[in-house]
Amino acid sequence: MRTLIKNGTVIDPGHIHEIADILIEGSIVTRIDKHADMGRLTAPDTTESRIQPDHVIDAAGLWVVPGLMDMHVHLREPGEEYKETIASGISAAAAGGFTRICCMPNTRPVNDNRQITEFIIHESQKLASVRVLPVAAISKNLEGIEICEYGELMDAGAVALSDDGRPLVDSLLMRRALEYSKSMGLRIISHCEEPTLAKGVMNEGPAATAKGLSGIPNAAESIMVMRDIALSELTGVPVHIAHVSALESIRAIRDAKARGVSVTAETAPHYFTLTDTDVAAYDTHAKMNPPLRSEKDRDAVCQGLVDGTIDVIASDHAPHSRLEKEVAFDAAAFGIIGLETSLALSLRLVIKKVLTIEQLITKMALNPARILGLPCGISQGLSADLTIIDPDMPHVYSAETGFSKSRNTPFDGWKFTGRSVYTIVGGKIIFNL
Amino acid sequence: MAWSKKDILDMESLSVEEISTILDVATGMKEISERPIKKVPTLRGKTVVLFFHEPSTRTRVSFDIAAKRLSADVIAISAGTSSLVKGETLIDTARNLQAMKPDILVIRHGSSGVPSMLAGKIAASVINAGDGTHAHPTQALLDMMTVMERKGNLNGLKIAIVGDIAHSRVARSNIVGFSRMGAKIRLAGPPTMMPRGIESLGCCVTDVMDDAIADADVVMMLRIQKERQGNPLIPSEREYAKRYGLTLQRLKKAKPDAIIMHPGPMNRGVEIAPDVADGPHAVILDQVTNGVALRMALLFLLSGGGRDADAH
Ligand SMILES: [Zn+2]
Repeated sequence: MRTLIKNGTVIDPGHIHEIADILIEGSIVTRIDKHADMGRLTAPDTTESRIQPDHVIDAAGLWVVPGLMDMHVHLREPGEEYKETIASGISAAAAGGFTRICCMPNTRPVNDNRQITEFIIHESQKLASVRVLPVAAISKNLEGIEICEYGELMDAGAVALSDDGRPLVDSLLMRRALEYSKSMGLRIISHCEEPTLAKGVMNEGPAATAKGLSGIPNAAESIMVMRDIALSELTGVPVHIAHVSALESIRAIRDAKARGVSVTAETAPHYFTLTDTDVAAYDTHAKMNPPLRSEKDRDAVCQGLVDGTIDVIASDHAPHSRLEKEVAFDAAAFGIIGLETSLALSLRLVIKKVLTIEQLITKMALNPARILGLPCGISQGLSADLTIIDPDMPHVYSAETGFSKSRNTPFDGWKFTGRSVYTIVGGKIIFNL
Repeated sequence: MAWSKKDILDMESLSVEEISTILDVATGMKEISERPIKKVPTLRGKTVVLFFHEPSTRTRVSFDIAAKRLSADVIAISAGTSSLVKGETLIDTARNLQAMKPDILVIRHGSSGVPSMLAGKIAASVINAGDGTHAHPTQALLDMMTVMERKGNLNGLKIAIVGDIAHSRVARSNIVGFSRMGAKIRLAGPPTMMPRGIESLGCCVTDVMDDAIADADVVMMLRIQKERQGNPLIPSEREYAKRYGLTLQRLKKAKPDAIIMHPGPMNRGVEIAPDVADGPHAVILDQVTNGVALRMALLFLLSGGGRDADAH
């Protein structure tokens, strides 16, 4: 099977940014023909006429980019299939333009053992669609007491370690996890939240006070970010900070990077899009952990993306059903879905000229892979994992008609410009519009 | 003015005119409770559901009396006796309550925002009888009524509110309500009891009790609970009483005709000295009496009474 993607603007940051034809044979990219090199070819000499592909995608006016990777997703299988299954999460990811997703271990049972890791990989491979890369637990049953068998988990196919959803409170255990994971090369992804300070349900400040809701201060996050930076320095082992939301955390990460600490960080689209005063009072679809912060924090997140302090945009896709969300605000579950809105929300930053398209692709495709030591990019000989984006396509996001099983999102009904139109994994079109 | 508002959810959503109308109507209602037969037929055939999801005696009884004096049918549902509560989403609760076809639903809930969330999904008028640490508008309105009776107006009055502001829905509603009517609010309490950004509601903050009550026309004391889910905000009630308790000595800083208020129930000897609580400045029982009249006024206005008020 030969597929030719012709006339697209191929963007692989640091490598190529021009109009080119890409030939896929089987699952591999076998040719990249830049139009400039071909000197505006006339019909008889085009790649198409010479190769005679089985399938042609005319990507004129579209961006052909390395397959997007969302390194922070909660699939709810095993255990909470009423919220999301591996299959429904994969469909949402494919529709959102993602060719790879990392799924967090807080399932029931927890992914802290070989069997669950293998189950997730097996179930996802059956679907031959988005690549699902399991993140295994740092501590057994996410209890923060004993470290898991990282060697076993790595052998089973886990790509990173995290107790996401719960902070790792015990600093000694965090140190041990960093040290012990070093030989496996599994990156530790830290959910930073000092629990004694983080007892609230929304950002601490005037909005929470007026609504009578208990607040979570920025320091709940930044204290643990600073601790993890210190432990990374102590052990010499890299650490990745999940879903950064607070100005003080970003400052700490920027300073640490400047002195050479091996720390990387991600944020989620809601943190650069919304603040605690942008959402309707008591809207449980805007309740997440960490919470939407102030204007100052949102600006700091944007600045962190611009200057490279924040390496990655990840959705923190966290499906919950109406049972967890149609309840009092303080009783509602934390988390929103994001696989199907992540790219559109991020493209707003490109439209507003906050980020260049190269920066965006770096943060949504290349950096997640590099951080986890996985191959990425568009090159001859590499797997044909590609996303094709129509930057001008207007669309309205509807949670109702989305692919996720859950609808907990504050972005229902939002109007966007730009979306993915083809998602290709290993040369196979797994989604097209 | 003609009444058009469906719900009473918080003080933010009430205009100066609406507050004035409520206080006027409430003043008129007071007389009914002085009659030998304390009942008028105004709400005959109307159903008032009291949905109390959190224990409360004072507020529930006050609404109960108010509704009965207006001849409404009153149905009380409390968390303990109701299957409306466990394992239900709020939408389910709203549908179940709506199925009873109430005209007015009075809600007390331990979680902030629940009355507003239900009001948007239910045809009946909703009165918030206290939600979490968010709002207690009927308490604020009865406090305003009580101050009006004593002071003639609210504009320009100096009002001190002392205590655990962070956990007080009464304080929030009073700050918003009194400041909307032109009063000046000063808060006092230990910084552990002051929520971040409270100034944005329209008040200033001090941690020195004497600064707050200096020259005050009204001193409002809040109930202190030392234990808050194993998270004490003060080391002891003894030290709190010493630094923030209202004593006769401290009261001298306020205006000579200052009035003392307390939403109850009081901890005599902690936030308020017994001789102050029972002394001539205290209007605490007036608050209780006015509570009934004020709630009668709201039930009357929300059940359509205000629509033909102008005709009389
Ligand atoms: Zn997390």
